[in-house]
Amino acid sequence: MKLKKKIPVIDQGDKLGFWGGKFGGNFVPETLKKPIEDLEIQFNKLKSDKNFIRERDKYFKNWIGAPTRFIKLNNLTKHVGGAQIWSKVVSDANGGAHKIYNATVHCLLAKRSGKKVIIGDTGAGYAGKMLSMAAKKFGLKCKIFMGAKDIKRQQPNVKAMKKNGADVIPVYSGSQTLVDAVSECMRFWVANCDTTAMCVGSTVGPAIFVRICGWSTSQISRELKVQLINEFGKVPHKLKLYNCVGGGSSSFGFWNEFMDYDKKQVEFIGVEAGGPRKSKKHAAPLTYGSKIGILHGAAQYVNQNSDGQIEETESISAGLDYPGISPLHCFLKDVKRARYTAASDEEALKAYQIVTKYENLRPSLEPSHAFSVAIKEAKKFSKDTVVIINSCGDAYKDRGILEKKLGKKYVKSN
Amino acid sequence: MLNPISLAFKQAKYEKRPALLTYTVAGDSSKKQSLEILKAISNYADILEVGVPHNTPVADGGQIQTSAYRAIKNGIKMNDIFKIVRDFKKIKNSKPVIFMGYYNMIFQYGENNFLKKCKKSGVNGLIVVDLPWPENKIFSKKCKKNSINFIQLLSPTTSNKRLESITKDSHDMIYYISMLSTTGGKLKVSPKKILANYHKIKKISPKKNCVIGFGITEKTISNFKNTDGLVVGSQICKEITRSLNNRQNPVINVSKIVSKLRKKIS
Repeated sequence: MKLKKKIPVIDQGDKLGFWGGKFGGNFVPETLKKPIEDLEIQFNKLKSDKNFIRERDKYFKNWIGAPTRFIKLNNLTKHVGGAQIWSKVVSDANGGAHKIYNATVHCLLAKRSGKKVIIGDTGAGYAGKMLSMAAKKFGLKCKIFMGAKDIKRQQPNVKAMKKNGADVIPVYSGSQTLVDAVSECMRFWVANCDTTAMCVGSTVGPAIFVRICGWSTSQISRELKVQLINEFGKVPHKLKLYNCVGGGSSSFGFWNEFMDYDKKQVEFIGVEAGGPRKSKKHAAPLTYGSKIGILHGAAQYVNQNSDGQIEETESISAGLDYPGISPLHCFLKDVKRARYTAASDEEALKAYQIVTKYENLRPSLEPSHAFSVAIKEAKKFSKDTVVIINSCGDAYKDRGILEKKLGKKYVKSN
Repeated sequence: MLNPISLAFKQAKYEKRPALLTYTVAGDSSKKQSLEILKAISNYADILEVGVPHNTPVADGGQIQTSAYRAIKNGIKMNDIFKIVRDFKKIKNSKPVIFMGYYNMIFQYGENNFLKKCKKSGVNGLIVVDLPWPENKIFSKKCKKNSINFIQLLSPTTSNKRLESITKDSHDMIYYISMLSTTGGKLKVSPKKILANYHKIKKISPKKNCVIGFGITEKTISNFKNTDGLVVGSQICKEITRSLNNRQNPVINVSKIVSKLRKKIS
């Protein structure tokens, strides 16, 4: 298995959509073969179509607000003592998270194919919120599938989706979280694929959805590369990019432009959700050595029992609470381009407290996982090491959980 | 010698009726009860589809999901499912049994081990919902080598070109999904249209036994009398749920339904 240079990772899959010969693919019911093939043809054509790229960039700039800020966290750097700590504040993006890139691209594709309805899944509610925003912007009807447990714990985003005119459909099956929402969304597509477009909310699902999402979120690293050159005159020679990993859409997008650099120069660190410290459950299939299995149409490392039943996960962060992981990350792990580790619920909360104490930045619980590991490791690095954390979501949606866990003072300004 | 599946179709044809295929979930609501259900309905059904429950099914509607979750909750494991088939076959050796499920269960068991175990237990065919053509090429060949029917699925979205390739690679039986739906959906397409597609498939591949599934119930089944075979699943699963909720015996209630279904197409 080898990572090729000069070919985008999203295009390194084989004819059947497998990365490294074994991750990804299209494990889908026969009914979905045709709509998936249609989408493949459309995307393969448009991704190198100048007009389409121009249209995408126009919306990314004028509507999403590209580029998002790249800032130095001076106080945190001083407090930690070690590497320089920076953040790419992707939560600046319209809607407050990176999910807007994928949602926008899917709506553009749906518009072009003449579909009137777009459906999507959501965990933390960001993918759903952004899809509802984009659907409204482009005049599409929108349905969002969301686990009943997540609806309870991510109310601010649920309200936002409804305000944007989307139907939020609660999913009561299984663990009532993201994994069940994705299943239900795919089932709805099976029954309605002739009139409806589907947006998978992360770099997961059948290969084409992995590719579209990775292509969309790569905006993050495109911006970052320019910002690094503006700031340092070049890509620093010791660069470490920390990102939380649930399905893996923000981390993939944060790393993509730097893929061809030697990992000694640009290291990628993915932080999975380790779950509560005292629980055996987690959402960290790469860190804890889960076996390869099939989930939602793709082969990937996934939490499962010996029979192949998918296991329930547990994490304070709804956005990371997924038993599988993008085939792209399975591939990057096995070719050793990226390093993966996990942070527990408690560590993420602690990191949130530290960051908000020292900086005017409120990372949501998802990037707080990445901050936790970055803060720990930055201590040991030299001053010329540049550590960047992708703050890919805003804590506004988490205020209920934060208030419960940390008390009112941590959420008062929201 | 014909395999048991082809034999069942031949017998039904001889009786001038479609073969009746039933779908029940292994281990629903318990290992023992699902075996009793198989025994009871095998008096009326020609081929038994045994659902291998999975907890992230991407093509099943509410009724079958309920059955599957119930079976998993009651602790059903892959080896128990093989045992149910083996015990059933001890009594009804000639009745064909087909597994229907999702690929991860086979993948975790190991393809070769899985097929070996199928053979040993008496499983005659496999329907793998999320292993479409051409992804299933290698596995379906393995099945053939082991004298297990790999049943290809076709749907209304299958293009003509695909249709030809898939039927060419198929074994004795093919399964036509009547409409765009998960299992258990209401028949939203006219029987006439479904039959037109069915005949299109038969024209391309006249020798293969083609069954129609999805949306087939007591109410709709008599529209499709002139076909090779018909699958009823969700209505049966629903009856199990209803019986359990009303504290009635699902074995009796389900066999009543299957007997009625059989009468409607005889």
